[in-house]
Amino acid sequence: MNASYSGSNPHTQRVIDINNDDDMVQVRCVARNIARDLGFSLVDQTKLVTAASELARNVAVHGGGGAVAIDVLQTAGRTGIKLVFKDRGPGIEDIELALKDGYTTGKGLGIGLGGAKRLVHEFEIDSRPGEGTQVMIIRWK
Amino acid sequence: MEHIPIIKMGEFLLVSIQVDLHDRMAMALQDDLMEQIVKKRARGVLIDISSLQIVDSFIGRVIGEIAAMSRILDAETVIVGMQPAVAVTMVELGMTLPGVRTALNVDKGMELLRTSMKRLEG
Repeated sequence: MNASYSGSNPHTQRVIDINNDDDMVQVRCVARNIARDLGFSLVDQTKLVTAASELARNVAVHGGGGAVAIDVLQTAGRTGIKLVFKDRGPGIEDIELALKDGYTTGKGLGIGLGGAKRLVHEFEIDSRPGEGTQVMIIRWK
Repeated sequence: MEHIPIIKMGEFLLVSIQVDLHDRMAMALQDDLMEQIVKKRARGVLIDISSLQIVDSFIGRVIGEIAAMSRILDAETVIVGMQPAVAVTMVELGMTLPGVRTALNVDKGMELLRTSMKRLEG
């Protein structure tokens, strides 16, 4: 994680377990409420929530469950929302391939991961086979 | 699990999604619609998504499949009422819903369905 994010306020962190459909809806709802409270425009809210929905689904469906930690960032006059998704899944062997549109391991359009990346300003993925996957996204206001 | 109601209007089926759609509910809607198209001999399906706050890749795929499946069952699907922010996000996500007909609102969608019925019968 980048040192410039040290301005985030740890008291605002929300952690949500992601194991099923209802949890995915909960993640969308919490992300939406935080973005709205921070004054994100409707389009920005929608992009963040859509990215969160894609990543939450990855955790629930492919990652065998996990959680997301949501933080508000206030740094150098900028406001942002950071979400860190962690799962306990098999991990991703070829991250570059997984980010390509059209690549899919199962049902779906294969645009989830790459699409989520396009909807946020910062995107970091860390995954090793057998050790699960962590995806960090930030969308600035 | 909650099912989304399907209303019959003449030879059309009308669906208005008023809840935060989770994946199982979207799949159930797909199954319910296919069953009702056959049972009610519907020629068109109108899906109002004006209350949907997001359409992600899964929901987008389900919408595309509903349109494709209903076409095979000789019914036309029109998606109406998409919010501008949802449209902007979907395109950036990389989803353009090829083969899915859309209209601004329920009235325009109905008009579209009626016109295409007339053309077919004409």
